[in-house]
Amino acid sequence: MSEYLSQFADLFATYNVPLAFWMNIKLTFFAAIFSLVIGTALALMRISPIASLRLAGTWYVNVLRNTPLTVIMVFGVLALWSKLGVSFSPNFDENFFRLAVLGLSVYHAAFVCEALRSGVNTVPVGQAEAARSIGLSFLPAARIIILPQAFRGAIAPLGNTLIALTKNTTVAATASVAEAAGLMAAMIEFRSDVIIGIFLTFAIGWVIIVIPVGLLTTYLSRRLAVVR
Amino acid sequence: MRSTRMALAAIAAAGALTLSACAASSPDDTTDTGAGGETTASGDATDGAAAGDTIRIGIKFDQPGLGFQDGSEYRGFDVDVATYVTEALGYSADQIEWVESPSAQRENLLAGGQVDMIFATYSITDSRRETVSFAGPYFVAGQDLLVRTDETDIAGPEDLEGRNLCSVTGSTSAERIKTDYAEGVQLVEQPSYAECVGLLRDGTVDAVTTDDIILAGLAAQEGNAGQVRVVGNPFSTENYGVGIPKGDVEICEQINAALTTMVEDGSWDEAVTANTEGTGYTANAETNPPELMACS
Amino acid sequence: MSTQNVLFDAPGPRARRNFAIGNAVGVLLLLTVLYLVISRLGARGQLDPALWKPLLTSRSWQYYILPGLQNTLVAGAYSIVGAMVFGLLFGVGRLSGSRAIRWFCGIVVEFFRAVPVLIMMVAGWLALNQLKLIPAEMTSLVAVVGALILYNGSVIAELVRSGIHGLPKGQREAGLAIGLTRNQSIRSIELPQALIAMLPSLVSQFVVILKDSALGYYIAYAELLRNSRLLGTDGTNILQTLFVAAAIFILINFSLSRFAEFLARRVGGATSGKTRVGDVPNTVTTIGLEQSGTAAAKRGLEHR
Repeated sequence: MSEYLSQFADLFATYNVPLAFWMNIKLTFFAAIFSLVIGTALALMRISPIASLRLAGTWYVNVLRNTPLTVIMVFGVLALWSKLGVSFSPNFDENFFRLAVLGLSVYHAAFVCEALRSGVNTVPVGQAEAARSIGLSFLPAARIIILPQAFRGAIAPLGNTLIALTKNTTVAATASVAEAAGLMAAMIEFRSDVIIGIFLTFAIGWVIIVIPVGLLTTYLSRRLAVVR
Repeated sequence: MRSTRMALAAIAAAGALTLSACAASSPDDTTDTGAGGETTASGDATDGAAAGDTIRIGIKFDQPGLGFQDGSEYRGFDVDVATYVTEALGYSADQIEWVESPSAQRENLLAGGQVDMIFATYSITDSRRETVSFAGPYFVAGQDLLVRTDETDIAGPEDLEGRNLCSVTGSTSAERIKTDYAEGVQLVEQPSYAECVGLLRDGTVDAVTTDDIILAGLAAQEGNAGQVRVVGNPFSTENYGVGIPKGDVEICEQINAALTTMVEDGSWDEAVTANTEGTGYTANAETNPPELMACS
Repeated sequence: MSTQNVLFDAPGPRARRNFAIGNAVGVLLLLTVLYLVISRLGARGQLDPALWKPLLTSRSWQYYILPGLQNTLVAGAYSIVGAMVFGLLFGVGRLSGSRAIRWFCGIVVEFFRAVPVLIMMVAGWLALNQLKLIPAEMTSLVAVVGALILYNGSVIAELVRSGIHGLPKGQREAGLAIGLTRNQSIRSIELPQALIAMLPSLVSQFVVILKDSALGYYIAYAELLRNSRLLGTDGTNILQTLFVAAAIFILINFSLSRFAEFLARRVGGATSGKTRVGDVPNTVTTIGLEQSGTAAAKRGLEHR
């Protein structure tokens, strides 16, 4: 047993596991911000008075939501970067990190949009009527009255999107980003005798990251729920 | 009303079950389903071929020039060598059943008896020898570089300083260049070499690295012909062996005898040339055709 | 459908003109971007018919795309059935009267919901190859299906639990009043209603399963994406073949999503629970939380 543990310790001296997880956390952080921004814009588009915007928003959500994330990542590298020449940095590590953030953001923006829409649906009609009656037009009404309440009503689904995003950062390996899933595969290949231990280490790493996010969103959604 | 809607739910569930039942019982065509298929458990005689017996050979399905699925056929250098060897063992070409052998599964396939031998860019190493035995080697490959045809500045791994290099996810060959030859090389990892060649042709990377024969196979593809070339300056040694069940000396010796005649009668040369045609690639003559190792 | 829109006025003549200008500008902008992308791809030779033509041959479909699609659907079907069984067992287990069972099921469900599918798939595949317990040609399928069952089964378990929680209290009380035990009431009164209520969410979870089965290409499972890559390797037109694969995925998943929305409208009357379509990427329900305002969905603000 102690021998197993010392082998295990050796393995972790060779491979920097926390660094790999840190990469996933960084991906999550940036992708969360961007997907929130894009998703909010999409949600606004989908409830806006302009038909073409609504249509564009609907199409975006339908296409992105139904495409496997790996495909989006692959297109990011093969088409966007290599064929179209969109580069975010001459430094490869930076470039692929940003490409991965972009891929994660555009994918999860579709889900943020849907979460926000469900939040908008929790806002009673009277709120919008009141906003209109005091003379607010669409954008001010959305900004001051509807969206703040919608966000509070959408915390639970938004939290679920965040959790999904956290876990989906593992797919960034497709875009040449050195993160935890890739490292785990490499470690198992190198030391297949301690495979169970390696898997459990990574699995528990995810549990440690994900469970607090879940608890936090549960807490927040109770705390911030609009009492009706 | 209620009952019809309950029925709807029941039908949906039943539908899902039937779907899976269909899928499970659909006739398996082992040549096309790869991982999904089940191999027919016919009597497996590895030595001596009675009429109607089949022999199961593990190859790569996704390595152009070595082992590649071409519609319902398979082609490549590994396939050619395997066909020659099994013929010498008394099997005709249509008695061969090709089984996909991804790198991580090769030992498992041999140990479980799902394949009789493996020709899948299988390097002979001491750690692998603990679980399987090898005949051959039938080719000595070496890590090399694939570059664009008009590239003049890259003659070896040292020249990659400040350039961009592509390799596949989980392979250590690119890391080796970074640590041993050119610290300032920028790496990108892709799911397969085909993507790497695409990036190379786009000019977003300057070189692709892995074993020379694999690179030559990629360069020989119709769509890549004339666009890329192998540098031809291998800087490592990989002995491709025939993976066989642990300790089967008898079959090992039969395979080695077949490999010897294959080299002697010129078929080996023919196979190398046929699969790397038009690329200007020649196998490293110092090590090829390889000297066979003793069976154990 | 005719929800009157309360967010903005019916546009007057000036607004209509502005909208028309806005629409035109939007379309123009979109066309410009599209043109730029296409012309750049064209300059790269990616629109060369020689790269697209192989996709029209029967060889491509017979040996690559259709077998790949079949394997995707096979993995999806096994996973859906398995995840249903897993989800029902553990979902009901989390409502069990025995504290030990409740805790056990809770830990299992929370654990597998937290671990990324890809991690489970890769580790499972490598472990299966290592242990040599099952035939090698089965390992890819088993690893894909196993990972999808554990993850999606856990999500479905949560769906079952929240579905039962979402039923009015009177349902169980009525069950108890006619002499059923708690378990009998769950089994014969609450679960059937919860299942119907969760049917739309369930179908959208099937979309997640199909999408995630594409991760199987990491472990050499011959599904649609991997076979498309193989076909693209053959014709050196990977971008084009992946494009087709993506289109097939979108088509199937879009139809399934539509079906889920249809179900949500259709089965609403057959249960005392709330029917809704889960819209979140990999997790569908809330985390141990009954969202406050879903009932408002029916009188929603959103313009349709």
